[in-house]
Amino acid sequence: MTGAQRTDRLHNQPPLDVNRIRQDFPILSRLVHGKKLVFLDSGASAQKPRAVIDAIKNCYENEYANIHRGVYYLSQVATEAFEEARRKVQRFLNAAESREIIFVRGGTEAINLVAQTYGRKNIKAGDEVIISAMEHHANIVPWQMLREQTGLVLKVVPINDDGEFLLQEYEKLLSPRTKLVAVTHVSNALGTITPVREIIRLAHAKGALVLLDGCQAVPHTPIDVQELDCDFYAFSAHKLYGPSGIGVLYGKAQILEAMPPYQGGGDMIVSVTFEHTEYNGIPHKFEAGTPHISGAVGLGAAIDYVTAIGLDRIAAHEDRVLHYATERVKEIKGLRLIGTAKEKAGILSFTLPNVHPHDIGTILDKQGIAVRVGHHCAQPVMDRFDVPATARASLAVYNTNEEIDALIAGLHKVREIFG
Amino acid sequence: MDDLRELYQEVILDHSKRPRNFRRPATSNRLAKGHNPLCGDRLTLYLQVEDGRVADVAFEGSGCAISVASASLMTEMVKGKTIGEAETMFHYFHDLLTGKSEPSAPPGLEFEKLSVLAGVRDYPVRVKCATLPWHTLTAALDGKPRDEIRTE
Repeated sequence: MTGAQRTDRLHNQPPLDVNRIRQDFPILSRLVHGKKLVFLDSGASAQKPRAVIDAIKNCYENEYANIHRGVYYLSQVATEAFEEARRKVQRFLNAAESREIIFVRGGTEAINLVAQTYGRKNIKAGDEVIISAMEHHANIVPWQMLREQTGLVLKVVPINDDGEFLLQEYEKLLSPRTKLVAVTHVSNALGTITPVREIIRLAHAKGALVLLDGCQAVPHTPIDVQELDCDFYAFSAHKLYGPSGIGVLYGKAQILEAMPPYQGGGDMIVSVTFEHTEYNGIPHKFEAGTPHISGAVGLGAAIDYVTAIGLDRIAAHEDRVLHYATERVKEIKGLRLIGTAKEKAGILSFTLPNVHPHDIGTILDKQGIAVRVGHHCAQPVMDRFDVPATARASLAVYNTNEEIDALIAGLHKVREIFG
Repeated sequence: MDDLRELYQEVILDHSKRPRNFRRPATSNRLAKGHNPLCGDRLTLYLQVEDGRVADVAFEGSGCAISVASASLMTEMVKGKTIGEAETMFHYFHDLLTGKSEPSAPPGLEFEKLSVLAGVRDYPVRVKCATLPWHTLTAALDGKPRDEIRTE
């Protein structure tokens, strides 16, 4: 889908009843410093709807036992709940098979898994891995670690002053030695939506695989891994209104099957003797040890929740709030937006002259407004824009224009204090 | 708003906008770097120690209002003091920010200047911003080569 197609599709979405949705999230009714909570840090981790909280509670209260082991009733029920969550993820991503869904601790572990299994086996000294200048540290450091181990060459696609991925530069970096392209789908620091279809097409033309870091994308846009034709897709549940400590690595079955296991332990084996161990098939080969059972169940409930509302409707709503916010911040004198790509999702990163983002964060917090301040685990992005840090408001399905008004009022207070 | 004024007092805003002793001196015999990775505060502290006294002190760097003001106030306070006196100030300041001592300062050594930062104690995540310059000072006074000082 091109940017224009996305815009058209979002414009055709009926509005959401946000007040009704807000009632689904118990935490949104609490006060912070005596003020109504204005939560604008869902890019770091989203709040949880009652449906997710209840699903986790029900797992422990009614359906809990270890999975893939017991012949007794509760173990079967828990196993079924866990595997049903896997099928929900499969449908959510439109993966061809549920065994292509590997449960991991989060997006970070998903990327590390690919680096340490696929990467160690297939990427040799002098081979190239391409990332972009707007990656989260979780999609930089695993490749640097692999570079230490294998001697690979890490190449970085530059971005322009709007924070947009430079396709032409990317094309120049691709070479017959390129083994893997690992890029973000949506930048956590800038909000940029990257041109993933073109990125994948060009990589495949050179015989390279593509891993997409989808942590910031899945809450804001429908994903179809078969239509994208990506080889790996990584995301965390907690940014998608699910629990922390669980995430997903999608991989094409034939690629996963050829990869060596990640960690050794229970569940990832078929048989073990002291002389020889036979590994289990996918996805279990990559899921050593007792997994985060209630986490998977919670993720399944989160997927049900967003699917029932509709990802397109959520994206359309967030887009409206983002546009409203982008217009309103113009009235704050000197405010500089960091990340002004044409295609953006859910993120408003900014700086104010002569006010450090940490001071912005503290002053907003006193008004009950939660924003993230700092480098957002993307220090190279901060260097690119020559700022030590930014303040970042990130949006979710439950945010409203009124909350943006509160943010603007808070920023006026910052100006009032700092002059 | 009053709470925020307690934190961002005029003295603090003044020192953060116009930090004192903000320069790289021509000569110094002690140096330490401080870094708070959480918010990106960074400073380099230069000391000229002569006969057990801080003959000169200056700093460079960037950071939030609290860390810059704290560094600025610190340089004003420790200049001319003995190493022992500087350490006494650090301990008083540390206790002040962690709630172990009262903002009413002990006599001598112009402690009252530091009391303007007492409001930081109500902002636990910001305490590290205020103490970073002092931890860096302690490292510089040790005079041993060592890694960057971090508070996070």
